[in-house]
Amino acid sequence: MSAESLATFPLGGIHPPEGKELTEKLAVEVMPVPKQVSLFLKQHVGAPCEPLVKKKDKVTEGDMVASTEKLGAPIHAPFSGTVKGVQKALNPTVGNAPALVIAADEEGEAKTYSQNDWTQMSKEELLGKIKDAGVVGMGGAGFPAAVKLTIKPGVKLDTLILNGAECEPCLTSDHRLMVEYAKDIVEGAKIILKILEIKYCAIGIENNKPDAIEALRQAIAQSGSQDGYNIVVKPLKVKYPQGSADQIMQSVTGRVRPSGVRSSAIGIIVQNVYTTKAIYDAVVSDKPLYERIVTFTGKGINRPANVLVKVGTPLSEIVDYLGGMTPDVAKVIVGGPMMGFAVSSLNVPITKTTSGVLFLTKEETDLQTHYPCIRCGFCVTACPMGLQPNEVGIFVEAGRGADTEEFGVDDCFECGTCAYVCPAKRPLVQFMRLARASIAASKKK
Amino acid sequence: MSATQAEATTVEQAGKASPPKLFVSVSPHYKNTDTVSKIMWTVVACLIPPLILSVFIFGFQVLIIALVSVGSCVGTEYVANRSLNRPTDTIRDGSAVITGLLMAYTIPPGVPYWMPILGGVMAIYITKVLMGGIGYNIFNPALIGRAFLVATYPVAMTSAWLSPIRDASVFKYMGAGVDAVSTATPLYVLKHYGLAEVIERFGSLSVIYKDFFLGWRPGCIGESSAFLVALGGLYLIYKKYISWHIPVSVIVTVGVLTWVFGGETLFTGKPILAILSGGVILGAFYMATDYVTSPTQPAGKLIFGIGIGALTVLIRLKGGYPEGVCYAILLMNAVAPALDNWFKPKRFAPQPEEGA
Repeated sequence: MSAESLATFPLGGIHPPEGKELTEKLAVEVMPVPKQVSLFLKQHVGAPCEPLVKKKDKVTEGDMVASTEKLGAPIHAPFSGTVKGVQKALNPTVGNAPALVIAADEEGEAKTYSQNDWTQMSKEELLGKIKDAGVVGMGGAGFPAAVKLTIKPGVKLDTLILNGAECEPCLTSDHRLMVEYAKDIVEGAKIILKILEIKYCAIGIENNKPDAIEALRQAIAQSGSQDGYNIVVKPLKVKYPQGSADQIMQSVTGRVRPSGVRSSAIGIIVQNVYTTKAIYDAVVSDKPLYERIVTFTGKGINRPANVLVKVGTPLSEIVDYLGGMTPDVAKVIVGGPMMGFAVSSLNVPITKTTSGVLFLTKEETDLQTHYPCIRCGFCVTACPMGLQPNEVGIFVEAGRGADTEEFGVDDCFECGTCAYVCPAKRPLVQFMRLARASIAASKKK
Repeated sequence: MSATQAEATTVEQAGKASPPKLFVSVSPHYKNTDTVSKIMWTVVACLIPPLILSVFIFGFQVLIIALVSVGSCVGTEYVANRSLNRPTDTIRDGSAVITGLLMAYTIPPGVPYWMPILGGVMAIYITKVLMGGIGYNIFNPALIGRAFLVATYPVAMTSAWLSPIRDASVFKYMGAGVDAVSTATPLYVLKHYGLAEVIERFGSLSVIYKDFFLGWRPGCIGESSAFLVALGGLYLIYKKYISWHIPVSVIVTVGVLTWVFGGETLFTGKPILAILSGGVILGAFYMATDYVTSPTQPAGKLIFGIGIGALTVLIRLKGGYPEGVCYAILLMNAVAPALDNWFKPKRFAPQPEEGA
């Protein structure tokens, strides 16, 4: 397949170093059960969960330990153990946040799961299982999957897109998932198609993962199409941010989502491949979402790996398991290098949406002071949403963040493309966030 | 800036601390390798070959003029920032060096050595530092410097032209007074005596095209070699530091308008002669493309370039000066912010109607 025929989005985009070679060939390894986990009560879009268990309660693997009546997703015990109560833990995005701490039992044994025949279940049953399993969007957004798949009457859908682009450099967790669990993903896609009552699913994958593309194509061929579902793999051009919802929708279908509406308005639902696998586990095995594959990579860690870890495991334990950090480590990033969050300590628990942790050395850490904007316009050319980060930055610096709405700050999803290309090394993502906060504050008045 | 430096020291210590201290910053954590100073010094490098050739065309004194000009610009930036309590390390970013070089490139090779000092003060202090420093100047500093010199020393700035040296005697003009050796530029001859006289003085059109393309013609220090100037400009386009829009639109507009209006009757002008004489190539590639003073959007850039081309031809044909590139660019600099307001980037998503 020639590079020209690959689907892609036309506006902006960049080609940062891919950095996936450290871990892309490494099979997923299972980390031993940690001593204790801290489960954030809010790992999703919506309201925080309320704990369902008390201090000193005994829980077994897969028990629901916290849930909410409002928008949200329940949380489950990742192993059998004893509840130690709700404590504050460091969250990479929001600082200290309440988390339910569970200590592992000495002789905890792994639970075995059943095999259900999902084809006999009704749409409501399927959604109920997804909701009870606490499945959220695992690409980073954390939107409750059951809510996303509950389509309002009157909305016309025709396409399900599974997002396997994994355009974020260095991360390979989705890549390994697609290679090793291709069948589950294809089955999961059928479950979602049944819920949405549509037939067509496209799996978008960046072309730097030929083994994943091949694995999924084989899985689709083996699963047959007698049930009328049409599932295809769409190789995409390697270009950041290919895996953003707006960009992958345009790459796969050519449709563009108007500002401020949901993707369902243009007939599309996008699910991350990992969310699809979690939906499969929830429906077929009744297995809640309490563990996931996380890529640990970078020159700052001794043994880069793709590890299956329990949600709530602190980074420090996984780092110890992987042989510790190198002496010259300077930055630890939860997520990838483009959109991830730098953390100040390793006492940070894994959440349902943690796809990778990147360890950068001092040489790789950018320490340049930022410069005045020289109005080169590189950021405007690179922005995949067609915004003007340069202008926003100048306004914010002048204390006029509230006047930046005309530059489309609301469309910004903080992909970091602008700051990547900026020769003045300006913190444009931060300016964008400040501008958004100023606009929100001025509207409240 | 001091806060960021404090963070940097923390990270210097981070490696030694145990457990290691971790550096925290906002995403993205990868940035590409282009920096302002890397871009600026690349431009400087692209500007050097025409200067070297100029030494062989106009003599060794052009090197002194260029050095005085650069020294004046960099020195002014240092003194001005120092006296205003602003960071002085901006002198290392190369932008003042570019200003100095470009100003030297746009003055005649026979001017007194002290003259660029005044131009440099004007270019950097008034045009750049007082406007807020790099990124905030409205007009191209080098061209303001040149315009100031033309206004202040009109005789030297419009008559200190030298005939090209053809025998490599580069010290020929070192001691001589300007009056003794001055000649006239092709544009001056064309404006006042017509095309026949140009051919009389500079040879047949084919000889003119070859000489002018390589650089052997009277003119400003850095503009005479269309070939070397364009070569550097093309490298900057190849590196994607500048886009093709402004240079192409300037050059094409000058060519087309000269062809239409530049002759005795319509459609008899000499477009190649117009492009190769004066500062069209230098202005199109290096001055009109200055990031700060030009629009950022392709459509805005094209109109900006067309405006420069049209004003250049207008000044050349109808104005008092034989050359108009400098003023054309300065006039369009003033319009650039408006062009940025009119031509917004194409947004990804169609915006919903109000109230929808």
